[in-house]
Amino acid sequence: MNLKKSPISDSAKARTGIEGFDEITVGGLPRGRTTLLSGGPGSGKTIFALQFLVRGACDFNEPGIFVAFEETVERLATNAHGFGWELVELQRRNKLCLIDAQPTPDLIQSGTFDLGGLLASLGAQIKAMGARRIVFDALDIFLTLLPDAGSKRQEVYRLHRWLLDNKVTALITSKSGGEEGNSFTFMQFMVDCAVTLNHRVELGVSQRNLRVQKFRGSSFDENESPFVIGRGGFDVAITRMLGRVDVVVSNERVTSGVKRLDTMLGGGYYRGACVLITGMPGTAKTTLSGAFAEAACRRGERTMFVGFDSDGTEVVRNLSSVGIRLDRYLKNGVLRMISARTITGSAETLLVRIKALAKEHRAHCLVIDPVSTLSRSGNELTAHNVAERLIDWSKAAGVTLVCTSLIDEMNGQTEDGSKLHISTLADTWIHLNYLVQAGERNRGLAIIKSRGMAHSNQVRELILSDAGVTLTDIYAAGGEVLMGTMRWERESAERVANEVAEVAGKLKRVSLDAEEAVLEVRAKSLQTELIAKKVEKTLLVRTTASRKGELSHGRIRMRELRGADVAKRGQT
Amino acid sequence: MKKLQKFRFVLYVAAETQNSLLAATNLNALCREHLPGLHEIEIVDVFKKPERALADRIFMTPLLIRTAPSPPQRVIGTLSQPERLLQALGLRPAAQ
Repeated sequence: MNLKKSPISDSAKARTGIEGFDEITVGGLPRGRTTLLSGGPGSGKTIFALQFLVRGACDFNEPGIFVAFEETVERLATNAHGFGWELVELQRRNKLCLIDAQPTPDLIQSGTFDLGGLLASLGAQIKAMGARRIVFDALDIFLTLLPDAGSKRQEVYRLHRWLLDNKVTALITSKSGGEEGNSFTFMQFMVDCAVTLNHRVELGVSQRNLRVQKFRGSSFDENESPFVIGRGGFDVAITRMLGRVDVVVSNERVTSGVKRLDTMLGGGYYRGACVLITGMPGTAKTTLSGAFAEAACRRGERTMFVGFDSDGTEVVRNLSSVGIRLDRYLKNGVLRMISARTITGSAETLLVRIKALAKEHRAHCLVIDPVSTLSRSGNELTAHNVAERLIDWSKAAGVTLVCTSLIDEMNGQTEDGSKLHISTLADTWIHLNYLVQAGERNRGLAIIKSRGMAHSNQVRELILSDAGVTLTDIYAAGGEVLMGTMRWERESAERVANEVAEVAGKLKRVSLDAEEAVLEVRAKSLQTELIAKKVEKTLLVRTTASRKGELSHGRIRMRELRGADVAKRGQT
Repeated sequence: MKKLQKFRFVLYVAAETQNSLLAATNLNALCREHLPGLHEIEIVDVFKKPERALADRIFMTPLLIRTAPSPPQRVIGTLSQPERLLQALGLRPAAQ
């Protein structure tokens, strides 16, 4: 037993291995019981049945027996080969047994008969190979041979009893309704699980649906689920069921390819997020998604670019004009361009194809340009669900998804996003628009929302040049928002004004410097003058003193000369 | 139609079911009446020999195969419509 708490691993169910179907039935077909698969011609009954056996034999180690009432074994094997199922090889390994039980055309009928022979053979075969699964394909063909309603019913009942006794998981396919109506209804009541397939065309677009009608003792998704028969067989579209394990989210950021946009987003997109880029035609949605693709390739991440508008080669050429070089990544195989311009089919088909291709390419990053193609004529009803599933799938697979979406001016759609209402599902929504001003159209970029990350609230101008894609601040001041040439003019005018002011400042400074120098010189001369005065003053004092001394000295000398020597000593 | 060609039949039956018993009885009666001394009947029970049933592609019972004269001819059912059966086995001209 699987220890994981997944509702898928249920021992009472036999997994079909059919993408989506096991989720709808919460585990697969009822183990050891009988399931009736009905549908009109070409609805995919045989393919479903074959896939049930092939997957059982290959993936779940449950050998199976296929009883073909309608087709030859050779044709079955050829058809299955188209889906990559090697029936002959499986038969050789004793994992599968194909029994051709077509009534031979030259068969003559005389009186009633029963299925006894077949059941005896099958019983032996089940024992011999340890079969756990059995398919009766187109049982209605056998029933038409029986003469009356009573014996038909009897044979159906005999088969049912036999299946219960043998404890194999059985799948009976049958055309619905028709002349075998009675026994068909009887079968529907008898079986434990009934699945119907239908195939209709709406507005020229083929839509296939699968519905589980009943499932005794189990819950199941009762709604019609669209499905596609793809390269690998059935692919049933499912929306997330309650109780399914949430996917692991990542905190890792991946670059948008535009440095300044990363800054606006606080580091880039989240890995595994769904990014929506909306805008009118020509607002550089493709360019922005191309920048993302290039950046992803540069990191060496496998990337797929699905272009509905133009061919891959055209996209590569056009993007190279703005410095986004994708050709080398195409060459080394990291990038895969899918040109889906003329692809027709339901939104389901597109989704399945995209999923299959992405799986094949092992893509980590996916660009869908534009995703609004999904809601092309005939698909309006399903497109929203498809978009939801696309996002759900990409998240589950950890694929970072960048979708562009056209907002058409002519349709008068507002910023409310596209018809798909994908905008509510997207994690990051970047809107591009034009600002028409002074005879110019300039591209503006704004982040409308970005879950789980701080992001800039500002509109930026998106500039495309041969050097690449970048953003610049728009000129926003005084209630004005200017872009393009007007922004440039306003900015250059400001630059000139700044320069003038700067020069004036410089001039003023020089003159102040000069004045300062003059004053300094004056201060210095005054100081010198002061010193001179001081010197003069000291000199004056000293001269005065010496003159006094000289005077008295002279008197003494005179006395001496005159001969008056009495007071000689006392004088000095 | 005077050739003394021997008729060989293999009758596949599913044990002792009603249809199978009826077929065996009808075949015996038919042979006694139309091919006295010119027939061989082998009865195979598919429940006892399922491998042979599978190999011979016997899916509905009872089933009668005329192995000789060739080509082999298969008839399913209880063999309870003698006219049709005789025609199929080449014991009565188809023109009638």
